[in-house]
Amino acid sequence: MTGILFLEQSLNGLQFGLMLFLLAAGLTLVFGIMDMINLAHGSLYMIGAYLMASFVQATGSFWLALPLALVATALVGAALEVTLLRKLYERDHLTQVLATFALILITNEVVRLVWGPQSIMLNAPAGLTGPVELPGGMRYASYRLAIIAVGAAVAVLLYFLVTKTRVGMLVRAGASNREMATAMGVNIQRLFTAVFALGAALCALAGAMLGPIFAVQVGMGESILILAFVVIVIGGIGSIRGAFVGALLVGLVDTMGRALLPIAFAKMFSPQVASNLGPALSSILIYVLMAAVLVFRPQGLFPARG
Amino acid sequence: MKKIAVLIALACLFPLAMHAMGQYFYIGFATRVLIYAMAAASLNLVLGYGGMVSFGHAAFFGAGAYIVGILAVEGVSSVWIAWPAAIAVAALAALIIGALSLRTRGVYFIMITLAFAQMMYYVFVSMKAYGGDDGLSLPTRSTPGFGIDLRNDFVWYYLVLALLAAVLYLLHRLLHARFGRVIGAIQENETRATAIGYPVYGYKLLCFVISGAIAGLAGALIANHTGYVSPSLLHWIQSGTLMIMVILGGVGRFWGGPVGAAVLLTLEEVFSGSPLLGDYALHWQLPVGVILLLVVLFAPQGIAGLVKKKSAFA
Repeated sequence: MTGILFLEQSLNGLQFGLMLFLLAAGLTLVFGIMDMINLAHGSLYMIGAYLMASFVQATGSFWLALPLALVATALVGAALEVTLLRKLYERDHLTQVLATFALILITNEVVRLVWGPQSIMLNAPAGLTGPVELPGGMRYASYRLAIIAVGAAVAVLLYFLVTKTRVGMLVRAGASNREMATAMGVNIQRLFTAVFALGAALCALAGAMLGPIFAVQVGMGESILILAFVVIVIGGIGSIRGAFVGALLVGLVDTMGRALLPIAFAKMFSPQVASNLGPALSSILIYVLMAAVLVFRPQGLFPARG
Repeated sequence: MKKIAVLIALACLFPLAMHAMGQYFYIGFATRVLIYAMAAASLNLVLGYGGMVSFGHAAFFGAGAYIVGILAVEGVSSVWIAWPAAIAVAALAALIIGALSLRTRGVYFIMITLAFAQMMYYVFVSMKAYGGDDGLSLPTRSTPGFGIDLRNDFVWYYLVLALLAAVLYLLHRLLHARFGRVIGAIQENETRATAIGYPVYGYKLLCFVISGAIAGLAGALIANHTGYVSPSLLHWIQSGTLMIMVILGGVGRFWGGPVGAAVLLTLEEVFSGSPLLGDYALHWQLPVGVILLLVVLFAPQGIAGLVKKKSAFA
């Protein structure tokens, strides 16, 4: 029984970690290349999920709505970058915090005005609603497997984009030394807009895929934003590889901790102590992980700047 | 000096004016502004003067509030025990968190202070004996003895005002003493301060602890003011709000914290409660967000900076 539970929770953790990676990848690039703290990254995730809900309703098909939501959110992201965020790159981090915090307030209210205050439930696409039997006799939700597949595919795609293409080379150059990249003739401004749009599209993908699991509601971006920040700090700001490792670590540690710690405590302590201690420690676990990583590797696991 | 006398006189007359107009609600609102002014001023000490961007200041604010709440539930409601306890616990928390966090710098310092604050947030969420997620109602306001009743809104307002004035005076003296000069030197150039021979780490830690202690006092006050404490006092949004107050008012400007707190809370009040706006008052975050953005774009030094600039031309 515990073996199956363990396997199931590992898959859940993997699935959550991969979705975190989609968010963290965009965040770490914006942070690493543009040296910009973007608190509104979570808002793009929310906008993506809401747009997805609307497109599903309009087209009646999950897989038709998905690319539409990605493109639309990328356009929203690019528009934000061109009109507003571009003005903030030269300002200090505190100003960026204030401005993007204001953006959170604004997007939350705009979403509430457009879609109403109630949360929306997205349905899993037809054909992926039931469980499947895995080798070994375990039953697992097919939709969650689909999320893992999509997340892994995107991670591989991103890997090739960043390491094997010309655009990826420019992105890496920008992350490791922005001034030098500009001096070598890279059009940083166009690159920034492209990176921001890509980050927005990845946010939308995560929002759309997680929609059927979590409710689509105002404020969904804030809770996951902090997790994404934890991921990129653990991984090292500006590093896609770091974001990937950090996301999987956080996803697994968080999910496994929540599932297994209470069971472990129940065996060690009295039920009263266990019911208090278990949830507390499992929620704290990822922050302890981050603090520990920072104590031993103050630049994160994979520092982008040498 | 004259300006400060006018400010104090206005603050003293405010409740009387509200009393005359029968607007008792605004006495409570003004008390809340004063409490947040204290919390924001404490954050400005580390953020503006110490150059340490702490994204977990709500931890100390919330810890102070919870100590008062927990003690009150356990039957200890004396001001003379509960408030020093709140300050001491907040200072101790700041000592531990600061000692570990100050080993990192820059963005990593921001994130690690956030991480510690989140840890404390979840500790209070999981304390089922003290309300857990739902929070904790205080049976009564703290009692100072000497026949003073803090449940009287006027008495309460003047006490909070006196405490805020005392804290601001203390901060003013501190910043113009040797301590303030050293902190300024460290913020300007840490390497140079080390080379001159100052114990940089110790000064920064002391600055962090003083700031945490003041935030703890502000927390003790807010617990008494609302009669209720909940984990949301420690949530990162609360840390962010305190930070927004400081940035809005003016980072590293003496009146930055109080001005920012007053402006942000007033904006919230105007746009969320106004009968003028009717149903649109539900969407108060929209105008507040737009105004914050305008401040970023057109007043880079915050509101206090705006005033300074004007008077330079006059």
